[in-house]
Amino acid sequence: MAKWPKPVEGSWTQHYPDLGTGPVSFRDSTSPEFYELEREAIFKRAWLNVARVEELPRAGSYLTKEIEVAKTSVIVVKGRDEQIRAFHNICRHRGNKLVWNDYPNEEVKGTCRQFTCKYHGWRYNLTGDLTFVQQPGEFFGLDEKDYGLAPVHCDVWNGFVFINFDREPRQTLREFLGPMITALDDYPFESMTERYDFVAHNNSNWKIFADAFQEYYHVPSLHSQQVPSAVRQPNATFECGHFQIDGPHRLVSTAGTRRWLLAPEYMYPVERVTRSGLVGPWRTPETHQSAGLNPGGIEPWGITNFQIFPNLEILIYHGWYLLYRYWPTSHSTHKFEAYNAFHPARTVRERIEHEVASVVLKEFALQDAGMLGGTQAALEYGLDEPIVDDYPLNDQEILVRHLHKTAVDWVEEYQNERRPVGV
Amino acid sequence: MTVAEPKLPGAFAEFERFAEKWCLATEPDRWQMRLSTPMGEIHEFYDAFTPRFEEAIDYCDKFPLDELPEDVLNLLHLIYSMIMVSMAVEVFGTQKPADSADAVIDRVGAPVP
Repeated sequence: MAKWPKPVEGSWTQHYPDLGTGPVSFRDSTSPEFYELEREAIFKRAWLNVARVEELPRAGSYLTKEIEVAKTSVIVVKGRDEQIRAFHNICRHRGNKLVWNDYPNEEVKGTCRQFTCKYHGWRYNLTGDLTFVQQPGEFFGLDEKDYGLAPVHCDVWNGFVFINFDREPRQTLREFLGPMITALDDYPFESMTERYDFVAHNNSNWKIFADAFQEYYHVPSLHSQQVPSAVRQPNATFECGHFQIDGPHRLVSTAGTRRWLLAPEYMYPVERVTRSGLVGPWRTPETHQSAGLNPGGIEPWGITNFQIFPNLEILIYHGWYLLYRYWPTSHSTHKFEAYNAFHPARTVRERIEHEVASVVLKEFALQDAGMLGGTQAALEYGLDEPIVDDYPLNDQEILVRHLHKTAVDWVEEYQNERRPVGV
Repeated sequence: MTVAEPKLPGAFAEFERFAEKWCLATEPDRWQMRLSTPMGEIHEFYDAFTPRFEEAIDYCDKFPLDELPEDVLNLLHLIYSMIMVSMAVEVFGTQKPADSADAVIDRVGAPVP
């Protein structure tokens, strides 16, 4: 296996000296108290991706998102002016949940001309203004202008719709994303609209789950089946070509083998027949390569995995991408959303290639999800104090170190702001 | 005795015996069928279909994706089931992925067909 050069400091981790190299604690992933702080310090302050613009194709297109970590439900809607806005999903009259279909706690999507509350029939237009009140004369000096829907900050970057629950976001979305992520400004996500969507409810902290998708050190062990048993090396290793950190965000790039150049025994029969598999379709339509896609200049480039703080991951292969979101539901559980996105299939064969990649995704993500329940359980062992509180992380696990440090830093900043100034 | 209407194109009539069980339109149906079918029976379908797997793909590929005749669509669904059981036969040797424990991941959206 190729050895990739490390930064002059000797390691990726030491290239970012704030990270340190000592063992880390995972109390940030086992403590209910820390989780309560994260809700305020991270999820009510950071920009959160909730959708793609293609999910809101025309004026009146809307969707709702249940965001348990911020204890709210949000309506995201496209107005007649084509602008996408977000509102808390609460009727301003008596607090009824405004938009839902069969069950109030289920997310919905659709198209409408206005929102009508089921309870007393109050109506709101697509920009959130209150437009109709039943029997207005019964109220006491009600000015409809004062009772529009409560807005949520909403902005769009390269087709990704983000919301922010802060009263006044500390940074614009572009400032928050920073130069490493916005170097993908011209990446044509909008041309990859054929999606395979997945949802899971996992019994691990959101960061513990994210950790399995930001290092590849675990791949030869947990996912040994990614290589056919006849050619599997018992002590296989994996080394990433490039790591980079920018503010709270991270990326990792790995080299990629051109699958059709591999000896046939390195592939499963289903891969050879369908010309697709673990790393997706062997050949994909020519896709514009943004400057930000391969910042380490890895050759042959395989994937770059962008981890956008706090809970979004975009994993870009040649000509298709994967997206993960980790929505915390408690200190030890989260809702996992994932999709594969391809250029729309032009032929049956291309559709079959997409199906194979989507089947494989689920197989190996199930291994991560199954095992990480065990990780969470063991991290929580002990009564008041964790039994083990110092876990060593290697250089291939730099991004794990960075995510946990960033979460702790954001919580500390929040706590410091609220602490009375000393004399 | 009535003979069931053939589901598949005539050239693939030898797979009619699998059609009732494995021509499934959605991933949740195919996933459930894989989990609930004994490995012996999965092997039977896999072994029978393997020699003509590629030919079946090429056959479907002659038709426009959004205008597949009923029998070709059924063959495509059989191909999707072949992909599904290939994971059990070739990769894991069991219906369920190794080490997946009690984890569940639901596919909630996909293109048709």
